[in-house]
Amino acid sequence: MSDFNDDMNDSDDGTMLQKRVDRRRALGILLGGMAAGTQAVSACSPLSAATDEKRELKHLEWQEFIQKHYRRMNESERAETIARLERLAKLRHGEDVTIATTDAQPGVVFGYAFNISKCKGYRSCVEACINENNLDRNADTQYIRIFEMPDGVVDLDHADPTYDHEVPAAGHFYLGTQCFQCANPPCVPVCPVGATWQEPDGIVVIDYNWCVGCRMCMSACPYWARRFNWSAPEVPLEQVNTNQHYLGNRARKKGVVEKCTFCIHRTRAGRLPACAEACPTGARVFGNLLDPDSEIRWVLANKKIFRLKEDLGTEPRFWYFSD
Amino acid sequence: MHLRAFLLTALRSATSGERRYHLWMGSLTAIMIVGGYAYWYQVQHGLAVTGMNDHVSWGLYISNFAFLVGVAAAAVILVQPAYVLKDVDFGRAVLIAEGVAVSALVMCLAFVMANSPGTPQKWWRLTPVIGLLNWPSSMLAWDVIMLNGYLVLNIVIPFYILYMHFTGREPERKKYVPFIYISVVWAVSIHLVTAFLFAGLPARPLWNSALLGPRFLASAFTAGPAFMILLLGFIKSQTTYPVSDKAIAKLATATAVTSQINLVMLISEIFYKFYAPTHHSINARYLFFGIEEHHALVPWIWTGLALNVIATFALMIHPLRRNLRFLMIACIMLFVGIWIEKGIGLVIPGFIPSPLGEIVEYTPTWVELCLTAGIWALGLFVLTVLVRVALPIELGDARSPYIEGAARAPLVRPRSSVARPRDVRPVRTR
Repeated sequence: MSDFNDDMNDSDDGTMLQKRVDRRRALGILLGGMAAGTQAVSACSPLSAATDEKRELKHLEWQEFIQKHYRRMNESERAETIARLERLAKLRHGEDVTIATTDAQPGVVFGYAFNISKCKGYRSCVEACINENNLDRNADTQYIRIFEMPDGVVDLDHADPTYDHEVPAAGHFYLGTQCFQCANPPCVPVCPVGATWQEPDGIVVIDYNWCVGCRMCMSACPYWARRFNWSAPEVPLEQVNTNQHYLGNRARKKGVVEKCTFCIHRTRAGRLPACAEACPTGARVFGNLLDPDSEIRWVLANKKIFRLKEDLGTEPRFWYFSD
Repeated sequence: MHLRAFLLTALRSATSGERRYHLWMGSLTAIMIVGGYAYWYQVQHGLAVTGMNDHVSWGLYISNFAFLVGVAAAAVILVQPAYVLKDVDFGRAVLIAEGVAVSALVMCLAFVMANSPGTPQKWWRLTPVIGLLNWPSSMLAWDVIMLNGYLVLNIVIPFYILYMHFTGREPERKKYVPFIYISVVWAVSIHLVTAFLFAGLPARPLWNSALLGPRFLASAFTAGPAFMILLLGFIKSQTTYPVSDKAIAKLATATAVTSQINLVMLISEIFYKFYAPTHHSINARYLFFGIEEHHALVPWIWTGLALNVIATFALMIHPLRRNLRFLMIACIMLFVGIWIEKGIGLVIPGFIPSPLGEIVEYTPTWVELCLTAGIWALGLFVLTVLVRVALPIELGDARSPYIEGAARAPLVRPRSSVARPRDVRPVRTR
């Protein structure tokens, strides 16, 4: 899409970020003001505060409903949308969140490598992912799946992803899956409304506000990477990660699909994904595939690597290797 | 004036009838209300109240959808001979077939809505320009276009013909025949597109087969005519509407052929999956034999298979096929058998085991069962109304009161009398 706003790419530029936040606040106040202005009469009654909030919520929900596709928004529409979503998070759940719209950085394509000889099956990554991405605690949604397999076989059919015992189990090794951000993602073209697409840095994202919940993409994914909100997701207020991204870990609603975004809110700000940071064994290597000096490039150049289901031609940007 | 009379007559036809009729419509309404409650419940609580989950992400709704698109498409088996080949015997039956197509499509759309509850209001996003229809890359986008287009064709063509008859005129062939040609191609296309929706997913080896499209067509052209035979048999026994025995006999022959083709393809598929089983046979293995302690679908698929085989053989025996009672039983068996084979036996096992080898079985909940029953009741309700409206017009019992006295009458009469010798003979007389 050509109408992406290049000036939003600079997430390192503090002043730019500050400016954007200010503009959002201003818009928030403006929107709130509009909502309040329409009911100047009721404002005189003692119950007005609660009623005002209700009306504001209704107004914002309507605005949210008719919201454009994310990729068709111009800069001011994006800012307006973000202000609205931040305000809605406050009104709906009492959360003070910051939602970024940081675009892909030029010269960056993310890749991931997973060391199957280092992983011990602790599932620290799973835990970190749940907390970082505000995954539904009620349905116990998880993006990462760790498969326990007997030594000598790489066969997911004979793997146990639901193991519940002390790890590492003798004679076993562990292989983790999540969204592989395929270079040729089969989930993207099947969407009837174009609600999911691949960003220039390789991350496959979803506009949760545009998704109609048909689950076509879930049928198309050969790696079982996508999750659906079968009911309204629940995250305890004190556990909400307020550092959010529009295309990532912001609040989802029931009836939409979600997935791993390589922690888009972190990685586009130059940090590691939560899973890579949380891994106590160093089994996870994450980095920029276009940077010849990156660790991921070193792994790809020097280790024996493989990917899952190469025959499907999906070109995952997620490799496995061993020591 | 004519239009108002038409609508009023239609309303009268649909709402008046003997006690049995009201009882039938009343029961359907009751089931629809239960289904409506299930839908409301689902909207409130989300799809968590269904048996679906992240592993089996489509269930009973999409199963029924896939089956009913076939039933809708099968109208072509009557439409094509009646209008294009001017088959006399099908002349009377064709409007009924179009009624079946419309009600099947209504059910299809309802099942799609049930599959993503709370989204009908989001459907504007599928509209080009104000929304974003991901056409041509998404097969689902194709399906949206095909289904709605087919629905419009199957409403407009019969409406035109009925309306002309109602106003005492003969429909002009050059006005509707082009649309018939379109609808014939369209009918085959809607079902191919629906098959491609599944077949285009390498992630699901059970569906990812070149044979799926032809199989869908063969099973559709078996289940559809089977239902049409049942319906025509019922209409023949209950009304004075002249459904010729020949029409039913021809349909029965067609069904006998298509059900054999369907079986041949099913056998090919089974051979391909099991003679030299690869990893891609695993979903079929789950379906037909179960894997370890997981075998929820095994009784279903063998029942479906048995129904198909027995009915197909019954239809191949001439004396049995020509006996209306046996024919009816065979048709019921085929309809149910294909519903199992194509719905429960195709959509659901596509998800079991999951692409990463996990086995999570699927059992529909009361919400899904009630809503599914409600949607079937809705379809039968629509079908009953359509048939009820069409029959009196076609029998000549319902005519516009304005035909004789209206100022336009002189204009109308000569035209129809001029048109009659050329237009009517192939379909009506002879």
